[in-house]
Amino acid sequence: MRRTVILAVVAALGAGLLAGCAEDGEGPGGSSANGGGGGKGRTTITVGVFGAFGLKEAGLYDEYMRLHKDIEIKQTSIERNENYYPQLLTHLGSGSGLADIQAVEVNNIAEITATQADKLVDLGKAEGVSKGAFLPWKWAQATSKDGKTVGLGTDIGPQGICYRKDLFAKAGLPTDREALGRLWAGDWNKYLAAGKQFKAKAPKGTAFVDSASGVMAAITGSSARRFYDGNGEVVYKTNPAVKQAWDIAAAFATEGLTGRLQQFTPAWDQGYANGTFATVSCPAWMLGYIQDKGGAAGKDKWDVAPAPKPGNWGGSFLIVPEAGRNKTEAAKLAAWLTAPEQQAKLFEKRGSFPSAKAAYSLPAVAGAEHEYFGGAPIGEIFSRAAEGIPVTIIGPKDLVIAQNLADVGMLQVDQKGRSSKEGWDAAVKAIDNALDR
Amino acid sequence: MRWSPYAFVAPFFLFFAAFGLFPLLYTGWASLHRVELTAPTDMEWVGPRNFARLLEDEFFWNALKNTFTIGIISTVPQLLIALGIAHLLNYKLRGSMFFRVAALTPYATSVAAATLVFVLMFGRDYGMVNWALGLAGIDPVDWQNGEWTSQIAVSTIVIWRWTGYNALIYLAAMQAIPKDLYESAALDGASRRQQFVHVTVPSLRPTILFTCVVSTIGATQLFGEPLLFNGGAGATGGADHQFQTLGLYLYEQGWVNLHLGRASAIAWTMFLILLLIGAVNWLLVRRLRKST
Repeated sequence: MRRTVILAVVAALGAGLLAGCAEDGEGPGGSSANGGGGGKGRTTITVGVFGAFGLKEAGLYDEYMRLHKDIEIKQTSIERNENYYPQLLTHLGSGSGLADIQAVEVNNIAEITATQADKLVDLGKAEGVSKGAFLPWKWAQATSKDGKTVGLGTDIGPQGICYRKDLFAKAGLPTDREALGRLWAGDWNKYLAAGKQFKAKAPKGTAFVDSASGVMAAITGSSARRFYDGNGEVVYKTNPAVKQAWDIAAAFATEGLTGRLQQFTPAWDQGYANGTFATVSCPAWMLGYIQDKGGAAGKDKWDVAPAPKPGNWGGSFLIVPEAGRNKTEAAKLAAWLTAPEQQAKLFEKRGSFPSAKAAYSLPAVAGAEHEYFGGAPIGEIFSRAAEGIPVTIIGPKDLVIAQNLADVGMLQVDQKGRSSKEGWDAAVKAIDNALDR
Repeated sequence: MRWSPYAFVAPFFLFFAAFGLFPLLYTGWASLHRVELTAPTDMEWVGPRNFARLLEDEFFWNALKNTFTIGIISTVPQLLIALGIAHLLNYKLRGSMFFRVAALTPYATSVAAATLVFVLMFGRDYGMVNWALGLAGIDPVDWQNGEWTSQIAVSTIVIWRWTGYNALIYLAAMQAIPKDLYESAALDGASRRQQFVHVTVPSLRPTILFTCVVSTIGATQLFGEPLLFNGGAGATGGADHQFQTLGLYLYEQGWVNLHLGRASAIAWTMFLILLLIGAVNWLLVRRLRKST
């Protein structure tokens, strides 16, 4: 008798633990079974994103739920894309633990499109999607060779140059954004020249630009061909555009024009808070970040001018995995979230610049001004940049190449005082190791 | 009744088989293949190639060297300080419970939270450490970029987190030392210090060995601190890979570069290194037992 009781207890405990694990293993997708909580027959759509993606913060989920009473949207977020993306890949591989909609960063979209297309819904054919609304290059980036569109573009990152008017005035440079745009128009070397001019009379303890890596990212973002060629071959080693970007950025470091910072680190944030650098190449999405870190002290000091050449940095896509529970509803939601009207709202609230060309003429974009940046007409500046962005070729390992160039190679030149060649060789070695399977 | 003990221990072994043994074997299997995280089911047999290439992989050797040096400069001071703290806690003092809990607090802090604070403290431009050095007239140190400075900074985080934990283990062992040993030592005229060296430390020998082994295993698997110490770049362990540990290199290969096969080979190599450490420990214990 006693023995059976003990066995029963053990079995119950074991079963309970197993059940707990099973539930856990389902991940974000699992909530659709028991989610909803309130009304009967409500469909829960889960969305997996990285960082403060903005869709939720801009109130788009709430609006959609108001329009569709039978839908509930839940979001899970992982702070950094470096942690988010591998998890997304493992979940796609195992076909479990996926949210109904997943976000993908632009640097990963080529790999997703090339290797995961068979696990994803063709959103090009989904209800409510209009190809013509998007910038053609953005649409092409998430479309596979056989014409399957696996991702819908959310935002893009057209770049300007954010600069501190007060520091520019002290260094005797013009402070008017149009004048600055003309000063360095068309050539990154003119930006370098402006830096040298700044340094000659710069206030003590300030640098012209935050980091050499930031300059390099901006320049490579403005060329059509950078790390891969049209046939999908890795060409960064021999591509003159990359070499030129490297040389100019390295010149910033060796001339002592940088604050020797690394972007997205606490020290970089402190640089904003203390106003230790005068310019930073800023995609539209970075304005909110600058405002956040610069705080009240930076108000009316920052402004934004056109970049020497229009380029793109960042942006994202939404994908719908085939393994999701509510594919049709999820595709509808993804289409709605990336429609021009919603992209315009996202821009208005969060500063993520629309990838839907059709949004540029909407008043929320066309007439947008940024109060923190001296009332700069950011809608106009970034629309102009967006339309001038070349059709960039992106490849599956773009992120790995870009990251090693920036965080290994250029960082050595900028922060460790290595020569340009030493930095380049170190980056090439790290990239070779990373790309070799 | 005869079978019930097996039923009691069964859950552990079931879970170990599912979450311990299977991953271990699967990792071993994967390490003999070329396999990418983008297509984990698509495996191509390559035999021991992933292991062979580690021999000529300078990033692997660099990571092994860093793991070793960081391990030394974090474990040795950590255990010495822990021994000292345990000795102090062993005195009769008011509020000893408070101090014991306080000693354990860093251990209860999450790695992430602790590391983020230390990153700020070791900041180049506005860090507290450099500010304090400045008061003493020393130029600011670029903690993150120097080879030794970065390793010392990472070690500091490890030391801060684990010293109290080890101190409590030592304290527990110290309290098991018979009081009459100290009494007779005192009668013989031994000072507190001499008692510590000649009574406490020899009695603690097995415990010290245990903490050495546990700390060595911890040091070999060091991951969170160096990962988070490098705020911007993730798994590179600094611009020059100057504080990239084996754990970090494994993570970079598997989850940044997405090469599951190569990452598995590193994982198994780490496992073999730990087995080696275990064997050395076993030999040491055996010799120790013979000598006493």
